[in-house]
Amino acid sequence: MITASEKSRMKTGAERYRAGVLKYAQMGYWQPDYEPSPTDVLAVFRITPQAGVDPEEAAAAVAGESSTATWTVVWTDRLTACERYRAKAYRVDPVPGSPGQYFAYIAYDLDLFEPGSIANLTASIIGNVFGFKPLKALRLEDMRLPAAYVKTFAGPPTGIVVERERLDKFGRPLLGATVKPKLGLSGKNYGRVVYEALKGGLDFTKDDENINSQNFMHWRDRFLNCVEAVNRAQAATGEIKGHYLNVTAATMEDMYERAEFAKELGSIVVMIDLVIGYTAIQSMSRWARRNDMLLHLHRAGHSTYTRQKTHGVSFRVICKWMRLAGVDHLHAGTVVGKLEGDPNSVQGFYNVLREGHNPVDLPRGIFFEQDWAGLNAVMPVASGGIHAGQMHQLLHYLGEDTVLQFGGGTIGHPMGIAAGATANRVALEAMVLARNEGRDIWVEGSQILAEAARHCAPLKAALDTWGEVTFNYASTDTPDFVPTPSVA
Amino acid sequence: MRITQGTFSFLPDLSDAQIMKQIEYGLDNGWAIAIEYTDDPHPRNTYWEMFGIPMFDLRDAAGVMAEVSACRRTFPNHYIKVNAFDASRGRESVRLSFIVNRPGREPGFSLVRREGAGRTLHYTTRAYATDRPEGERY
Repeated sequence: MITASEKSRMKTGAERYRAGVLKYAQMGYWQPDYEPSPTDVLAVFRITPQAGVDPEEAAAAVAGESSTATWTVVWTDRLTACERYRAKAYRVDPVPGSPGQYFAYIAYDLDLFEPGSIANLTASIIGNVFGFKPLKALRLEDMRLPAAYVKTFAGPPTGIVVERERLDKFGRPLLGATVKPKLGLSGKNYGRVVYEALKGGLDFTKDDENINSQNFMHWRDRFLNCVEAVNRAQAATGEIKGHYLNVTAATMEDMYERAEFAKELGSIVVMIDLVIGYTAIQSMSRWARRNDMLLHLHRAGHSTYTRQKTHGVSFRVICKWMRLAGVDHLHAGTVVGKLEGDPNSVQGFYNVLREGHNPVDLPRGIFFEQDWAGLNAVMPVASGGIHAGQMHQLLHYLGEDTVLQFGGGTIGHPMGIAAGATANRVALEAMVLARNEGRDIWVEGSQILAEAARHCAPLKAALDTWGEVTFNYASTDTPDFVPTPSVA
Repeated sequence: MRITQGTFSFLPDLSDAQIMKQIEYGLDNGWAIAIEYTDDPHPRNTYWEMFGIPMFDLRDAAGVMAEVSACRRTFPNHYIKVNAFDASRGRESVRLSFIVNRPGREPGFSLVRREGAGRTLHYTTRAYATDRPEGERY
């Protein structure tokens, strides 16, 4: 246990560098008086120290292990400007309602990070430190990325504004669907689903995360059939359409080959999975920027480390990293669908992806003010267990700049895939029209849908089939904060 | 066929009262309304003809509606759309765009395929109407 006097006294000079083991706080990693510089990278971790480990010392240890420290004193520190390179834990707050857990705020000097490299940033911030024994658990809750650092990234290759201009689609969420079943369809049958869904009224269809190049469907066959379907649907409707061709593969060489083929065929969008890794994502972003291609990112794998509150990385941090890394679309939750997503947390993710500036917003899990310095915005994608009957809730929670993806809610329609797509599109347009007219869609949503269904049999069938389906389970990942008492 | 470009093409054609409400919504948001028309509705025809410049200073929905009516009278057989333009920083683009007039008959598009090596295809979308010169298409 660290004593008050030990804590207050950072050791200096010869005493500091005498061979042996010191408390991290004594080595200079706990500096409660430190005023973060505007160019510092800031991080807030949720720490759960082992029994008997003081929270300030634990915070200092996190700062140390994610920057310059090792377990013992090394004299070679003195060959460097080590005071500058040391990360500083500068604040520790108990987590409201969670005994034994603390929010630890840590500041990192900008010089610690290679410009424009997510791999380098994450190797520090979520490197060895997550296995550190004196902590039972550790979670990276949020980060503040200074504008000076943001400017070293190119960001999303297209961005929401230019994506809409390219697609000529304004004023409403975009609509998509993931082809189902996920696995087993031949290329020809797969393209049929794409054609029907796009012709029926969707803007996009999508490969699922694990559709790559299996025995039942070689990637080239899939690309050829999907692009045929996209072009047929474009001619049938006069609208720009797209299919996210998943180029995820074992090696960068394979991914480049697939992406080049997608380009050659005239696809407007390619897709990658989060599991390909940060460097591969940045490489594909660069490729997409060079080739005027929308880049869709599926967040496959994220729940292994984002879902539990005590350990891992919050998805809002992943959103920030992916906006820097440069993707145009990112799955970010639905609130109302089948997958984990507390409404406030999900709105926090959406704000991080879409806004030019995020104010501190503790109810939505935003701990820091964030200036995006003009970086393009990422289009959040809502996918997983949503249907036309929820259209008012989706528009209410998620707003306009989003892709709403109805996979089962399109393909499972009793009158067929095209009818399912039409139902979703009519429901969406009716809801946007009503909202713009000043109607309270939260209250009148079901009525607005029922009115629209009078001129649209497919929408009526969709509402009859799924109208009452909900997924009401408690969320595991909710922000912990104490509501500020109102001043008035 | 029915070209489904624009925000509300899957709904029955909007009445003038409905169009007015959307214009009011745009004006309430501080956007400038613009009217564009074309007889070349190719999905990649970015530049429809402008029926005057965007009405940055016209903040009255009835006045905007009068312009819509004037455009319809002048081009009764063209596609006409109403755009709402948002000049705020970081957007500086169209926020709402919907069709308010379309030709009586919409013949649609043909899809031309040019076969290439390795089963690849290169696609061209052609509007049947654009075989004829501008102004004589619908």
